Amino acid sequence: MADKDDLGRLGEQLAAEYLQQAGMRILDRNWRCAEGELDIVAAERRVLVACEVKTRSGLGFGSPLEAISRRKRARLRGLAISWIRAHGVLFDEVRIDVIGLVRDRAGHFTIDHVRGVG
Amino acid sequence: MPVARTHAIALVGVEGHEVEIEADIQNGLPGLLLIGLPDTALREARDRIRAAIVNSHEQWPQRRITVGLSPASLPKRGSGFDLGIAVAILSAADAIPAAALEGVAFLGELGLDGQIRPVRGVLPAMAAAAASGFRRVAVPHANAAEAALVPGLRVLSANSLRGLLGWLRGEAVGEEADPVQITEGGTEPSLTPLRTGRSTGCRLDLADVLGQPTARRAAEICAAGGHHLSMLGPPGAGKTMLAERIPTVLPGLDRTAALEVTSIHSVAGVLPDGSPLLTEPPFCAPHHTATKAAIVGGGSGMIHPGAASLAHRGCLFLDEAPEFGRDVLDALRQPLESGEVVVARLGTIARFPARFTLVLAANPCPCAKGSGGRAACECSPAERRRYLARLSGPLLDRVDVKVEFLPVSRSELLSDRKFAEPSAKVADRVAAARQRAADRLRDTPWQLNGEIPGSELRGRFRPAPGAFTPLERAIDLGQISARGLHRVLRVAWTLADLAEVSRPTADHTSYALGLWLGVSG
Repeated sequence: MADKDDLGRLGEQLAAEYLQQAGMRILDRNWRCAEGELDIVAAERRVLVACEVKTRSGLGFGSPLEAISRRKRARLRGLAISWIRAHGVLFDEVRIDVIGLVRDRAGHFTIDHVRGVG
Repeated sequence: MPVARTHAIALVGVEGHEVEIEADIQNGLPGLLLIGLPDTALREARDRIRAAIVNSHEQWPQRRITVGLSPASLPKRGSGFDLGIAVAILSAADAIPAAALEGVAFLGELGLDGQIRPVRGVLPAMAAAAASGFRRVAVPHANAAEAALVPGLRVLSANSLRGLLGWLRGEAVGEEADPVQITEGGTEPSLTPLRTGRSTGCRLDLADVLGQPTARRAAEICAAGGHHLSMLGPPGAGKTMLAERIPTVLPGLDRTAALEVTSIHSVAGVLPDGSPLLTEPPFCAPHHTATKAAIVGGGSGMIHPGAASLAHRGCLFLDEAPEFGRDVLDALRQPLESGEVVVARLGTIARFPARFTLVLAANPCPCAKGSGGRAACECSPAERRRYLARLSGPLLDRVDVKVEFLPVSRSELLSDRKFAEPSAKVADRVAAARQRAADRLRDTPWQLNGEIPGSELRGRFRPAPGAFTPLERAIDLGQISARGLHRVLRVAWTLADLAEVSRPTADHTSYALGLWLGVSG
């Protein structure tokens, strides 16, 4: 397994812990369907939160948040609908969040959580 | 997060308008949204500014940034807003204290490396900034001298964004490789119009035009009163030579005129390096292939001043005038009447001052061999008529003085050497005549005889009794139009000023009539 995949897996783990601490219920992790994958599916009261996690080991290629394009946001929304359909649950609202993690040289992570991006 | 505000100036023609730049940072994915009618160059500012900020070792906010330029209805063009936008973004990110931006107008283009690059039109923009109540301006270092022409402004100039940011944060000067320089506006040494000759090196003099005493006199009259001149004659008789020497007998520009002329040249981007203020009357000689837009100004995006405006307060010389496009020549009629060019575009109207002395030169026919009764001409009479008919009647009707150049013989060249006066001597007479006119017109908005409107020529500035007699006959014969009559009267006033008499007499009006009809000599 490549380093970057390990980094991604670690980032997703940290992001899930962070969301739990922030008071969200994690419903699903790495849910896959034909259209793609949702990193984290969580619930915050009556709101379904589909969360994309992006982890980078430095800012050499720009911040992780910048990697989320308009197309990717639209796809995430479609995936969130697919998840609801697949599980047959009802929510008041669907929200897309993005979590960016950056690891510095010392191995510490900086976490940046942006709510409601698309 | 807070909304940060900075200010910049948008130019429409040579008028500046204050523009407020607001930057707002919202929670969201990183991106920069620019709103408020930007053109392409301004929309590209997004990428320039980002690179400049990052390369100045500043933090680019990883949030959604919205930059609004208001008033939103005013079209904004060019790259001069870069600096204001960059500072607004950094201020919204709390990287600069908002108090430091109070009452400062920013102007400058950013390079990708964070350098502040010079822009066009700094002088009119700064004049507008001072009029809107700004006391401090930040400009590119290369534009500092130009900005400092405006009194009451403290000019902060820097070469790089980093240097300017250091100053805005109040960091200690010294370690900075590029400190901000401060110049107080309006403190440049007082204007002393020096006759230093043209920068081309060789100095032109009216005395060089040998064998054409009538034409030299006509040039003097036109210079003294701001009248328009047309010259007809064979090649090599000295038409171009004479035209090039008209600026040498014109007085230097006063402060108001110098600022007007410099503003226009600044917007056109043709200011010479190292001389922020133009004090010599400009001389503009467009080639006959020039288009209408090149002559009167135009352009679809940024509206540029044309040759007519670049010659404001100076001389516009059209050599081989019949070769110009007819629509080009006729487009000059409006500035000849009103002294300004109005370029209307969708959503904007730009006004450029264009009060110039028009000088036309033409050959008598396409082959140019048959002047002065010489038989060598190969053109048919119809051809000759058609050639000169390209100068439309309405245009020639606006030309006050028409002279014909005759081929010069060798003996005339030699004998005229004794009589040809140097430019300096003629310039003294022109200056004295202009002074007489200015004294008489002291309580009016005009300065030159050529600017007096027709109604005033019949009312306040009437010639001496009996001076009308030669003109009445010319009107009865249908030789001159009503407008022509006014033009003749203006020239008569200039002749009286040159002769140092208080009012034009019948001698002056008949000589002026001869000049208007083109039969003097």
